[in-house]
Amino acid sequence: MKMKSSIVMICAALSLAACTDPARFGGGADGTDPSANTGGVVPGSASDPASPAYFQQAVGDRVLFAVDQSTLTAEGRATLDGQAVWLLQNADYTAVIEGHADEQGTREYNLALGARRADAARAYLVSQGVQARRLQVVSFGKERPIEVCSEEACYAKNRRAVTVLAGGLTS
Amino acid sequence: MIVRALFLVLMCFTPIWAVAQNGPLRIEITEGVIEPLPVAIPDLVPEGGATGDWGQRIARVVAEDLTGTGLFREIPSSAFISQVSSFAAPVQYADWKAINAQALVAGAVSVNGNQISVKFRLYDVFSGAELGEGLQLAGTTDAWRRIAHKMADVVYSRITGETGYFDSRVVFVSETGPKDSRRKRLAVMDYDGANIQYLTGSEDIVLAPRFSATGDRVLYTSYETGFPRIYVLDVGSVQRRVLESQQGTMSFAPRFAPNGQTVVYSLTQGANTDIWSMNIGSGQSQRLTSTPAIETAPSFSPDGSQIVFESDRSGTQQLYVMPAGGGEARRISFGEGRYGTPVWSPRGDLIAFTKQSKGRFHIGVMRTDGSEERLLTASFLDEGPTWSPNGRVIMFARETQGAAGRSTLYSVDISGRNLRPVRTPDGGSDPSWGPLQR
Repeated sequence: MKMKSSIVMICAALSLAACTDPARFGGGADGTDPSANTGGVVPGSASDPASPAYFQQAVGDRVLFAVDQSTLTAEGRATLDGQAVWLLQNADYTAVIEGHADEQGTREYNLALGARRADAARAYLVSQGVQARRLQVVSFGKERPIEVCSEEACYAKNRRAVTVLAGGLTS
Repeated sequence: MIVRALFLVLMCFTPIWAVAQNGPLRIEITEGVIEPLPVAIPDLVPEGGATGDWGQRIARVVAEDLTGTGLFREIPSSAFISQVSSFAAPVQYADWKAINAQALVAGAVSVNGNQISVKFRLYDVFSGAELGEGLQLAGTTDAWRRIAHKMADVVYSRITGETGYFDSRVVFVSETGPKDSRRKRLAVMDYDGANIQYLTGSEDIVLAPRFSATGDRVLYTSYETGFPRIYVLDVGSVQRRVLESQQGTMSFAPRFAPNGQTVVYSLTQGANTDIWSMNIGSGQSQRLTSTPAIETAPSFSPDGSQIVFESDRSGTQQLYVMPAGGGEARRISFGEGRYGTPVWSPRGDLIAFTKQSKGRFHIGVMRTDGSEERLLTASFLDEGPTWSPNGRVIMFARETQGAAGRSTLYSVDISGRNLRPVRTPDGGSDPSWGPLQR
């Protein structure tokens, strides 16, 4: 409950489209900010390096995994390096790392597999200096795919760990 | 939420010519019936000034229950030579023999205010005798389907020698919306999809409800807090409470022990998922597995002494059995592919599971030592078996492929025959079949 209300607060404060429900699991990569091309830095927009939108789009908020694996790829580690730098520079944010699986697996196993993926991302961020208390993990198993086809092209995008920025530290 | 007040009286009324015998009218379920037994189920005769179509409605439910098993075939009333116009009149066996009805279910119904009373007899036509004694059932009119189910349970039981399963309920996840924003809510319904009631809203993801042995409570997983946690819900009052809320953990896959006091479930800490048990009264919990592998989907043996679960400690998902208090586990699945979601049958003889092999999903059964594995279904995605109270039928969820993929409940005999969808208003998943009602 606490978690939820703090997310809602941040959403309200920043008026982020990315916090609305469809983009919550879909990621904001497709939602470009209309004000982003004006040349000036609009606070809160993707052109503002301190904004969650920038984190999502420029840094990259997600890493992908091979079938039934939770080992980070080289590409995944590079993305997480960027996330770690951003999180260290923007110390007010906490994050929930959401682990996901594709639909090819049983529900309970996929929940546990998603947790492994989220934890792999979490452990890597911590190894890069992000304070452990700023990071929480949750698994959605196969409950929230972002791509709906039943082919590898979609599955590959659904096997993911997404770093979702949330409210500031309370302590 | 409506709690149906309901009184069912099951009593023998004095039979006039009851013949206690075991005639040749018998279906051996285990032999796998190919040819369904022809049965005549005329509308119940109205008595005592009963009005309305109660007799027809009850006869239809009895017929749907029996034919739905695949073990019976109904002879249409258009073929009847004699009609049952009085419950007391002697049965014209020759007329029923002539249309090859091997069994005849004849009854009468009377209604008084909101009270309904049904009496019926089952006849073995070719022996020319009654099979068992006549029975009377009474209750409130809003429980009329239960009365019909109980009638069908008696017929099924007398002919197969097995306990019935028609007067039972199923708790499941009702699903609406597309795959990438599916909305889920808990629902409970009669085994045939009638009388659906919703137990939660669809604001939060809810998963895998599981009935207690008596059907009074349901365990489930909800994302109410943003994190998966296990809850217990009282079916009558719809009151719920969280069971496991350790900060920084996730809990899921709960299931009751037969005693209704102990709950087993999975708890994830960091990357590791283990099986825990909890005393639901004291809240005291105990870890039952301790490998770094994924251990989940625990299910008790009906005597409560053992737990079957899945683990990927060997490198892939496989099934294991361990003592209920934890301890050394022995692997029981050795076939090709991956095995998950094991469920011990209420008879104790079999374990149902989901198997993934070569890109297909199957529901299967094996003996509790892993021998005699049989696959009952095959599709793009079948998952999550649950047993009928008599251990003869399995219900599960089947999800179709692609962007328009939808999940539907199905049932299948443990022989692998009689695969059929269960009627639900929306999509359905994660069924849990409750006990035969009293």
